[in-house]
Amino acid sequence: MPERTVTVASKVGLHARPAAVFVKKAAALPVPVSLAREGGPAVNAKSMLAVMALDVRHGDRVVLAADGDGAAEAVEQLAELLETDLDA
Amino acid sequence: MPETAGGSAAEAAGVAGAADRTEYEGVGVGTATVAGPVARTAQAPPEPPDVPATATADEERRKALAALAAVAADLRARGAAAGGDTADVLEAQAMMAEDPDLEERVSARVAAGKTAARAIHETFAGYREMFAGLGEYLAGRVADLDDIAARAVAVATGVAMPGLPRRTEPYVLVAEDLAPADTALLDRRLVLALVTAEGGPTSHTAILAQSMGIPAVVGAAGVLDLADDTVVLVDAAAGTVVARPTSEELEAAVTRSAAAVTATALRGPGRTADSQPVRLLANIGGAADVPEALAAGAEGVGLFRTEFLYLDADEPPSLPAQVKAYREIFEAFGAGARVVVRTLDAGADKPLPFVPLGEEPNPALGVRGLRAFRAFDGRNEAVLRTQLEAINEAADAVPADVWVMAPMVNEAPEAEWFCDLAASCGLDVVNGRVGIMVETPAAALTAGAILAGRTGFASIGTNDLTQYTMAADRMLGALGTCQDPWHPAVLKLIGAAGDAGAATGKPIGVCGEAAADPLLACVLVGLGVRSLSMAPSAIAEVRAVLATRTLEDCVEMAARARWAATAREARRTAAAR
Repeated sequence: MPERTVTVASKVGLHARPAAVFVKKAAALPVPVSLAREGGPAVNAKSMLAVMALDVRHGDRVVLAADGDGAAEAVEQLAELLETDLDA
Repeated sequence: MPETAGGSAAEAAGVAGAADRTEYEGVGVGTATVAGPVARTAQAPPEPPDVPATATADEERRKALAALAAVAADLRARGAAAGGDTADVLEAQAMMAEDPDLEERVSARVAAGKTAARAIHETFAGYREMFAGLGEYLAGRVADLDDIAARAVAVATGVAMPGLPRRTEPYVLVAEDLAPADTALLDRRLVLALVTAEGGPTSHTAILAQSMGIPAVVGAAGVLDLADDTVVLVDAAAGTVVARPTSEELEAAVTRSAAAVTATALRGPGRTADSQPVRLLANIGGAADVPEALAAGAEGVGLFRTEFLYLDADEPPSLPAQVKAYREIFEAFGAGARVVVRTLDAGADKPLPFVPLGEEPNPALGVRGLRAFRAFDGRNEAVLRTQLEAINEAADAVPADVWVMAPMVNEAPEAEWFCDLAASCGLDVVNGRVGIMVETPAAALTAGAILAGRTGFASIGTNDLTQYTMAADRMLGALGTCQDPWHPAVLKLIGAAGDAGAATGKPIGVCGEAAADPLLACVLVGLGVRSLSMAPSAIAEVRAVLATRTLEDCVEMAARARWAATAREARRTAAAR
C-alpha cells in the first residue's frame, strides 16, 4: 500500500481553508485515502470532520496512504498539496 | 446609518399607536436612533426527543441524508451570495454537513432505531465533544457544529432553518444572540439595527455592530416576545428599544438623526467645541487594517496589536521579519502621526510554544502580558527583547512618531523594568516614547507612582480594566452586563489615572471599546484622557459628538457619571447634560 510521510506547510495547519482544499481533493480521488499523524491512528482523508479532528498544525508530520488502482498517484498528488502553503 | 433611519421612521409613523407602547432596556452600541419593523432570526429547534422512529430505518436514513444535503446546499448558496472569505468559510461548513464519516455515523444510529433528527443530533454531539477537548482552535469551531446541527435537525423535523430572516425591505434584526455564520452575512443596507436579548457590550454581536457601524441594543431582556413586523424605535445612545412608539417619539427621532448626519460630515483632528485637542487614533491588528484607519482620518494608531506575528507560529518571528512587518505599518503614516505599538500580549489562553507559561486554571489572572517575560526568572525575556529591537530598527528614519507600551502592568517596578529593557534595545525612553497599559485597578490607583518614574505615558485598556474591576470574566456571556465601561467604579479608576497624568504632565489615552462610544468618549475627556483609540469605523461619530461639547461640558458629564450608582445611571446622567 503506497504511503508517504510529509510535513504540513500551511501556516494555519490543516484547518480552515487548507483543510477544505485538501479534503476536496481527496474526495475527488477514485481510491480510498487515509491520513494520520506520524505514529497515530489513520482517518478517512475524505472526511472534513475527521481531518479537522486530527488537529494538524503547521510543521507537523503526517502519513498519507491509499489503496487500489492509482493509489501511488493519489498519494503523490495529496503529498504535493500538503507540502504547499494552501493559505498563502 | 441615520440617513436610512429618517426614511423608515417617517414611514413607520402611520403604523404606531395601534397597540400598547412597551419599552425594553439593554446596553446600547453607537449613538444613532432608528425605527423599523422587527424581523426575528428563526430559533434553533429544541433537542429532538429520543423516541423510537415510526418510519422504517431506510426512510429515516433518507430523510437524515436529505436534511444534511439541504443544509450543505443552503450554506453554499449563502456563501455564493456573500463571496470572498465568507464563501470559503461557508464552503468548509458545507463540507462538514455532507461529511462521509458523519453520514456513516448518522446511518448507523438510524439503523439502530433512532429518528433522523435524533441521529443527527447525537452524531453532532459526539463531534462537538471531541472538538471541545482538542485545543482552542477546534473548540472555537464548536459553534459552527452547533449551527450546522441545528439547521439539519430543523430540516429533518420540518421547521424553518435557524438564521437570518430573508427580507428585501429594511428591518430591525431581533435575536437571542447572533451566530458567527449569520453575522458574516448581515447586509447593512437592510439591517437598520441589531437588538439581542443576550450578550453585553463586548459580545460578538456588539463588536460586530460597532465595526459595521450598525446601531445596536444588546442584552435587552424580553425582546424575544416581539412579533415580526412590530415597529420598534431603537435608541442606541440610551440603550432602549421602544415597541409601538408614539408618533411624537418617531418625529423626535427623525430630527435627531438629521442632526447626526450633519455632524458626521466633519473632518480633521479631534477637538472639543472649545478647541481642546483630543487625538483620535485607530486600533489595528496588522497592515490590512491600515487603509480603513487612514480613510477614517485617524491621527495615527493608539493600539497596534502585534500578536498576528506570533500566533500559529512554532518559533518566534525573526528580527528581520518583524522589522519588515512593523516598517510596512509605520511607513503608512506621515510626519506627526503617532503609532503606539503594544508588545506581545501572551497568556495561557493563547499558548505560544516559544513562550512556555504552563497550564493555568484562570488565564485572565495569570502570567500574561509583561508578566510572561518577567516570570520564571526571565526565561522568555529574549522574545520580548527581539521584539523591542525590531520595533526600534523599524522606527528608524520613518516620519511617524513610534511609541511602545507594555500590556498587563501592575506597579512601578514592572514599568521601570520595561523602561530598562526598552532603553537597552535603543528605544527613546528619555523623551517619553515608552509607556504602559493601565488594565488593572492596581495600575490605575498607582499611576502617579508609575508616571513619576521614567514611564512616558499610559494607555488605558478599558476592556480588561472593566473585567478586573467588576471581577467578571469578559469571555462569560452570562456576565456580559458586568462588562460595561460606563460603570462608575471603572470611571473612577480612569479618573485616578487621568489625575496622575495631569500631575506628572504625561499623556493618558484610552484604547478599548469605551473610546468608540461617543458619549463615553466625552466622559473620558472629562476624566483627563487626551487620546482615544478605537475601531476606525467609530472615529467619525466620536469626532462629531466631541465637537459639540466643550471641555467644561465633558468635565461636568464625567463628574455626574462617576458619582452614579450603576453603569446605566452613569450613562443616563451623562446623556442628560
